[in-house]
Amino acid sequence: MAEARPGSLDPSPGDPFGPHAAYSSGLRLDTGVEPDRIVDTHCCFCGQQCGIRLKVKDEQVIGFEPRYDFPFNRGMLCPKGIKRYLQGSHPDRLLHAYERDAGSNGGFRAVGYEQAIERAAGEIKRIQATHGRDAMAVLSGASLTTEKAYLVGKFAHMALATSNIDYNGRLCMVSAGAGNNKAFGVDRAANPWSDILGAEVIWISGANVAECAPITTDYVWQARERGAKVIVVDPRLTPIARTCDLFLPIKPGRDVALFNGILHLMIEHGWIDREFVARSTVGFDELAQSVEEWTPDRTARVTGIAESAIRQAAEWWGSAKTSFLMHARGIEHSSHGVQNVLGAINIVLASGRIGREFCGYATITGQGNGQGGREHGQKCDQLPGARKLADPAARAYIAGVWGMPVEEMPQPGVDAYEIFRRIERGEIKGLLSLCFNPVVSLPDSDYVRRMLGKLDFFVAIDFFLSETARHADLVLPGSLHEEDEGTVTTSEGRLIKINKAIACPGEAREDWRIVQDLARALGRERGFTFSGPRAIFDELRVASKGGVADYSGISWEKIERQQGVFWPCTSEEHIGTPRLFEPGSWNVVAQGNGPFYFPDGKARLNVAAYAPPAEDVDEEFPVILTTGRVISQFLSGTQTRRIGPLLDMDPQPFIELHPRLAAQLAITDGMWATAETRRGRLTLKARVVATIRPDTIFVPYHWPGKRSVNRLTIAAQDPISKIPEYKACAARLRAATEDEVREARA
Amino acid sequence: MPVPSDLSFYIDPARCIGCNACVQACTECDTHKGVSMIQLDFIDRSRSTQTVPVICMHCDQPTCAEVCPADAIKRSEDGIVQTARKARCIACNNCVLACPFGVPKMNDAASLMMKCDMCYDRTSLGGKPMCASVCPSQALFYGSREELELLRPNSRAIDSFRFGAQVVSTRVKMLVPKGFAENLLAVTAPLERQAASAAVADPLLANMYEENPA
Repeated sequence: MAEARPGSLDPSPGDPFGPHAAYSSGLRLDTGVEPDRIVDTHCCFCGQQCGIRLKVKDEQVIGFEPRYDFPFNRGMLCPKGIKRYLQGSHPDRLLHAYERDAGSNGGFRAVGYEQAIERAAGEIKRIQATHGRDAMAVLSGASLTTEKAYLVGKFAHMALATSNIDYNGRLCMVSAGAGNNKAFGVDRAANPWSDILGAEVIWISGANVAECAPITTDYVWQARERGAKVIVVDPRLTPIARTCDLFLPIKPGRDVALFNGILHLMIEHGWIDREFVARSTVGFDELAQSVEEWTPDRTARVTGIAESAIRQAAEWWGSAKTSFLMHARGIEHSSHGVQNVLGAINIVLASGRIGREFCGYATITGQGNGQGGREHGQKCDQLPGARKLADPAARAYIAGVWGMPVEEMPQPGVDAYEIFRRIERGEIKGLLSLCFNPVVSLPDSDYVRRMLGKLDFFVAIDFFLSETARHADLVLPGSLHEEDEGTVTTSEGRLIKINKAIACPGEAREDWRIVQDLARALGRERGFTFSGPRAIFDELRVASKGGVADYSGISWEKIERQQGVFWPCTSEEHIGTPRLFEPGSWNVVAQGNGPFYFPDGKARLNVAAYAPPAEDVDEEFPVILTTGRVISQFLSGTQTRRIGPLLDMDPQPFIELHPRLAAQLAITDGMWATAETRRGRLTLKARVVATIRPDTIFVPYHWPGKRSVNRLTIAAQDPISKIPEYKACAARLRAATEDEVREARA
Repeated sequence: MPVPSDLSFYIDPARCIGCNACVQACTECDTHKGVSMIQLDFIDRSRSTQTVPVICMHCDQPTCAEVCPADAIKRSEDGIVQTARKARCIACNNCVLACPFGVPKMNDAASLMMKCDMCYDRTSLGGKPMCASVCPSQALFYGSREELELLRPNSRAIDSFRFGAQVVSTRVKMLVPKGFAENLLAVTAPLERQAASAAVADPLLANMYEENPA
């Protein structure tokens, strides 16, 4: 079907919705302005959730002060946090509801908020009455506070009673989550970051720590000052890899092969904690058998890493007394992302170094609330407390908390990408989205755009008109991070409190109000009359009680008093659980049988099967395309591409390639080059650097339209986690034609 | 109040991740909002991700002040070389050209040389400079000698630098590996060596990406 809506690849320069780049001016530039108040809160971007103090003058955030008292970052911030205040009072800020109107500048005209709510409710009712409840889908996000994420999940499952809700953590945390659940029975960083500091060996796989989790750099360096050896596995020599002790330049998509090869050597050399394995795990013999074939020679050939380096890594890892293994999207964004994660966990469990001080394992969460946002019911198969939507006991308990008949609670739905395939098949006709910009962030994104065009009705809640919201029929003006309060669970599993600095401007509303207003207009307001985030949190405490992610003992006051609370926290007296899996520890699943979250208290060693990327290179497309982030930008760039000083750091994406590949293709640094895959083509300037594998090219993904690398990436997904394979697909590269250069420059 | 004499500013380029937090935070300082006094450069991006932040080193005998014909640059008793006094600066650029570290910058719009004063508004009240507060890798570190010894046991601070025939000593210190034998960093030495023109072998990059390494 042809695209039914406007929403071109790139907005025109005069578009009122931007993106415009904001710079400091007025009060924000005046020296000697005394702020009216300073609000202690946290950064709005990544999963580290650094403490920050926002300066407010005349109901405008005018700047920041370092927050030295917050223990995680002690004042440290990356440039995104420093400049985040420029997203407020922004010329692109949506101050009204808008509806599609081809005749208006930018394609939308302002409408009254109440009128917009009534129209949205009317369309939702019509779609559900005509096509059934599941014809309405919800896409949500993990940058929302946990209160909002909980409410959106409840809204979908109770008010809309649709199966079709999923969230953008599908692009982010699900491989780690599935792997952790399979191995540990729980999905949370096993250790607080303070356990990095005393580790003898730090293993970092597929994590561009310096650019994506910058504050973690100081933890790694500090451990190194105390003698730690740092092993970095990455196709690119990232800033954290530059001064590591051992760099393993892996071919994208081959991580499980490396982990299996390391385990092979650990077994061969007796670097296995046999006592721990026998006492606290199951599955070792089968696993050991499965890695027999992963000889150093085969591992080297598959991974593209020198055999000597693999042996060195195995020796350091195998013989360490303490260690910390971290990974991120580099191993998780794969069609076998869960296998990669299981491979990583296997070498941790085989070493026995977990559940103790300085013996740790963690995935580095991407989004601000990547942890809390994946625990309380906006995932397609989940209910609050990290409960399973398919579990009858969980359904009964939550239905009781919500006061709804359990038989009306929908069954598990499908992942975010599958929602678009259901749109294609005509099964989904309506969409509500917030905090998700799939037009930029999903792979093969031209397909995603076409599917948005097929919808009967699409309503988006947004604070800027994101590239996705441009395809909506109706846009409701939501809230920025600093305009609301609530809790977030950080990378460490620590709940922290976001404090409100200013009120929503114009007709914009806190997102939870908008969701409740929709419920009211639908005539389904029972259960959606919360007075605010605190009341939502109080219900969430009850809803999570007895679940794996148990927040029942956590209050906002306790969070403030303790500078955060690690879940599970099951009673008022309980301080929380900074470190999981300590010997002798109790958890709700094992009930004292052991430290892991299975009835027998033992962790699972899982055979981690190797497969190459879904689309491997061939003669036609001989280069591996991999994607990732740059320090100045965050995710789909909805916020950071609107902040001038950040945009100036990286005004455009680029194609990074090795001088050897560049020489073969007669491409020089700064020249326009065109990358092509089976899905699309992209012309950007080449950055020729020796810090990337010669068989791999890299493009950062934060940009939309003709600069969007996700028009090239493949929609292959992990069969378990459904995460897309952003980190490897087959591409070819050449110097751009004159026409392509002209088009790219325009 | 003077900046406490027991607190020092240390730079460890080995830790720098090129994130620009220092550059961006500097533009948020109350005394010079919107203008950064810090520069961050890649050494050679084609070969490495190594970056170096350049802040004022606060020389004991500041070249910038010595070459200033208008006596606009003062070094206070606590060793901080202050930014040019607006009433005196004639925007002649002498300091910009003469500083061996390349720190002072001419603000053409204001006809005024501006440079890092180590956040005098903060440090003279006992606080930390903005850049060292935010630096995510703590490549920029501000603290006492005791804190430094505790946190950086493998490093040693150097505060003497040679540029050609000129030797300068500074209040800001550069961290080098503990085993480094010299007490003076000969900054321009590589330029003076004959071999400098030949390509330097790079042990990290050599054969790093060989498919089937021998």
